[in-house]
Amino acid sequence: MSSFSVTEPSNRSKWIAGFLVITYALITMIPLVWILLTGFKSPADAISYPPKVVFDPTLEGYVNLFTTRTRQTQEFLEANPPQNWADEIVRQYDMVIVGPSKFGERFMNSVIIGFGSTFLSIFLGTLAAYAFSRFKVPLKDDLLFFILSTRMMPPVAVAIPIFLMFRNLGLSDTHLGMILLYTGVNISLAVWLLKGFIDEIPREYEEAALIDGYTRFQAFYKVVLPQAATGIASTAIFCLIFAWNEYAFAVLLTSANAQTAPPFIPTIIGIGGLDWPAVAAGATIFLIPVMIFTILMRKHLLRGITFGAVRK
Amino acid sequence: MTYTKLASVSAIVLAATTLSTKANAEDLTLCWAAWDPANALVELSKEFEAESGHTMNFEFVPWPNFADRMLNELNSGGKLCDLLIGDSQWIGGGAENGHYVQLNDFFDAESISMDDFAPATVYAYSTWPKGTPNYYALPAMGDANGWFYRKDWFENPEIQAAYKEATGQDLREPQSQKELLQIAQFFQGREIDGKTVYGAAIFTERGSEGITMGVTGALYPWGFKYENTPGSYDMEGAVNSPEAVEALEFYKEFYKTATPPGYTNSYMGESLDAFKSGQVAMAMNWFAFFPGLYADPNTGGDKIDFFVNPPQNQAGSTLGGQGISVVSYSDKQDAALEYIKWFAQPEVQAKWWELGGYSAHNSVLEDPGFVDSQPFAGDFLEAMGGVQDFWQEPAYAELLLAMQKRIHDYVVADQGTAQEALDLLIEDWTEVFEDEGKL
Amino acid sequence: MSDRTVDRVAQATPKRVARKIRGLSDRAIAWIFISPTIFLLLAINIFPLIWTIQLSFTNYKANRIGREVKDVGFKNYERILTDSDTWLNMQATAHFLFWTIFFQVLIGFTLAWLINKKFKGNDLWTTIIVLPMMLSPAVVGNFWKFLYQPQIGLFNYIVSWFTGKEPSSFEMLGSVTLAPWAIVIVDTWMWTPFVMLICLAGLRSIPDYIYEAAEIDRASKLRQFLTITIPMVLPFLMLAVLFRGIENFKMFDLVVQLTGGGPGSVTELTSINLKREAFEKWRTGYASAYAIILFVTVFGLASIYVKALNKVKQR
Repeated sequence: MSSFSVTEPSNRSKWIAGFLVITYALITMIPLVWILLTGFKSPADAISYPPKVVFDPTLEGYVNLFTTRTRQTQEFLEANPPQNWADEIVRQYDMVIVGPSKFGERFMNSVIIGFGSTFLSIFLGTLAAYAFSRFKVPLKDDLLFFILSTRMMPPVAVAIPIFLMFRNLGLSDTHLGMILLYTGVNISLAVWLLKGFIDEIPREYEEAALIDGYTRFQAFYKVVLPQAATGIASTAIFCLIFAWNEYAFAVLLTSANAQTAPPFIPTIIGIGGLDWPAVAAGATIFLIPVMIFTILMRKHLLRGITFGAVRK
Repeated sequence: MTYTKLASVSAIVLAATTLSTKANAEDLTLCWAAWDPANALVELSKEFEAESGHTMNFEFVPWPNFADRMLNELNSGGKLCDLLIGDSQWIGGGAENGHYVQLNDFFDAESISMDDFAPATVYAYSTWPKGTPNYYALPAMGDANGWFYRKDWFENPEIQAAYKEATGQDLREPQSQKELLQIAQFFQGREIDGKTVYGAAIFTERGSEGITMGVTGALYPWGFKYENTPGSYDMEGAVNSPEAVEALEFYKEFYKTATPPGYTNSYMGESLDAFKSGQVAMAMNWFAFFPGLYADPNTGGDKIDFFVNPPQNQAGSTLGGQGISVVSYSDKQDAALEYIKWFAQPEVQAKWWELGGYSAHNSVLEDPGFVDSQPFAGDFLEAMGGVQDFWQEPAYAELLLAMQKRIHDYVVADQGTAQEALDLLIEDWTEVFEDEGKL
Repeated sequence: MSDRTVDRVAQATPKRVARKIRGLSDRAIAWIFISPTIFLLLAINIFPLIWTIQLSFTNYKANRIGREVKDVGFKNYERILTDSDTWLNMQATAHFLFWTIFFQVLIGFTLAWLINKKFKGNDLWTTIIVLPMMLSPAVVGNFWKFLYQPQIGLFNYIVSWFTGKEPSSFEMLGSVTLAPWAIVIVDTWMWTPFVMLICLAGLRSIPDYIYEAAEIDRASKLRQFLTITIPMVLPFLMLAVLFRGIENFKMFDLVVQLTGGGPGSVTELTSINLKREAFEKWRTGYASAYAIILFVTVFGLASIYVKALNKVKQR
């Protein structure tokens, strides 16, 4: 676009627009920055009244997040001097570290279930999307609409039978059960997005390959998949973000074994009350991957969040 | 050698020696709420591991999710927990739906007598139907709702003088509910050490059981009853008696005039936060937290003291606490019963109290040194003498959620009158009992 | 060459099977590719939905294993629809839906319009603005509860700094009048970027020549805005509203963490009440009927809306 274009905004209006948008962006960041800061406060500073903006940073929140601690008698404490900096921190409450907390496990569950269901959604989704894109499928539009409409269903409408079904099949609180469930929720997104990406790959490439003697399968593997790689990667990230953040099913269907981080983080308690620095530390660690993905994904963001309905 | 290394080495040694002597060493899982006493139980259980050769695992769930998670687990027939320290109100459902193992034969065989435990705790934590000698749990953790306050403020001569001037009375641990409110109102909005402080933190939580546990702290001392005759489910005139209405109005006045702003959905955690951050002069909470509060570096020690829920027309405290049960879906019931047998021993019970758990065993409670062993020990005994509990019916969750809604609607959301709230509550409860076929 | 994997797969496949796969017709391949997806959707969505419908006519309680299950006809539906609390929950949901969409459209569109002025660095700032919507609603809700604490929360202090009101003089989550707005604020904070992105796509889809033509016709900027920008962006905006509407009707995690439905029941959205009935009171049959009522409502409203959307698109 040339600067002589009549549609190019004037410098002054650009400046005002920039100022307003940046102001909004800064305001919108405040809660996130506050989460980050709270993670480095001591529990007393975190609930100090009025709130403290300037404080002595400490790793207490992170120590509390990753360990379980127990209160000990004075004799024991005197007989066993603290061994490292983490121990040092908990000693001020007459406590000692007795082992790791559940956070590591919960985080790993999020990773296993998130990546597992993403892989499955992409695998099945790519196959279905390819078929919808390239072949004549009877009732194609109806099937595609059916796939989309499952996403509109409130999770609560199916939660009760899913609970009963999982109970009968022994899938409650298992990684497999959660992977299947999240795949069932994600697959509609995967099919729609991937179909859009595959539609954009010219058919001529495959046709040339078929003429060269490739089978359909080979053409799919060798020609279509490499071409769709970017689309597959961005679809994968959207599936992953959903599975990563999901709460309602996780809280109903998982407990000791397969519980993911979102139901766990809001319940991290310290001595008595909620341990806000540990909660904030957990939230920070949990949110960082999503933030990185968002930045990586910024080009495909729009397509992902609208089921491919809007492209930039 | 570090403590953890020491522990793990000794655990390995123990495991090795016991494995050779005992063939069937089991991996037991005990489920409970995640709070201070649970940590104490982990410590205590090390002795059991050493003696029996079994390994103890623990699944502790934070209070706000405890009922949801554990009842879900039981209802799914889950094998996660071999032993469950379940809330007192679950006993009806646990017994009737077959989640808990009945312990009578086991108690007889091992000559464990329920007479060795405080009667109120046996009644509340172990029996179903209520009061019959059918035991589904062993009292594990006695608990009641009590109060703690800023002793340093109460003893401050300036504050004492101001209180005298304002009310004409001496500032002391309140002897009645109304005096409690008067003191709380006195502190509300007062400047202390350059900060505005408030009267008291009370329970107002909406989601699980908070406000019910708080409001019953007023209802019971006024003489509230669930039924006119126990077991008859005739609630008209009991649940909505004039005393109950007055007590409910009292709780609302307390909430409106003597609690810190923003404590509209607060339970155990918020109460502790309010006290530890120096916002309130007093706070209600379960005795289970008192050892932790006393040890707090900022507001514990000589800055804190405790009192039992004050009486009004009569003494009355809201019961907390739990019994320990064996889950019927467990494959390791024998080992789980072994744990209960071990836990019931007087020496173990004494150690339990020492570590911060509340034993319900008479040998502990009647020990002459008990009252002086902790600053809240005497209050605990007094409280356990006058405890009452919520419905323990199998449908308790429906009953509880109805009460949560009606009370929160009236107290916090300002809807209707106390009389209307209690009348509506009877309607809700009647509907539940009709569905149950009990009315 | 990148064909090695394929060769390996082909070699690893037993000869007879391999020949079969190679020889499959396109039609067969299509079905092999599509059927796992359809099967999974039937198992996770359709079969449970049918089961819910069936349960909704019974008095089943999932926590009472031995209890007799009776057919109760339409009694559950009757009970729900005649219960005044149901309508209060519906009202709370409607309030939440209307105002979140209103603010998100207003702020989202304005932001998109400003960003479309293409000031320097607009890409970077757009990415920053988008961050909140990618986060876990449960974690976000939980932390906003902390921000809303009158004495220790940042929100009240910031408001106090601007208005001079005492921070502890208002309770965002505890007051009957403010709590419905408190959840609107958090949802708006989180989801305005969504509406903004879609509007931005709409704005960027308008070809420059239309404005150039208008400029030649000496149409005023305001007139250009009203006759070109708004109508061209409208289908995009309506799509955004559809997505937000469906999402917020399902809203559960954020509000549960923030208020748990309180104070009283003023923020008890239908989905929260449904969770209570189904998984806390365990009135499975009753809750199933409730779920069906909600499902029909969403589907009905969405279909009417989609018809309207298509009309706008055709214009």
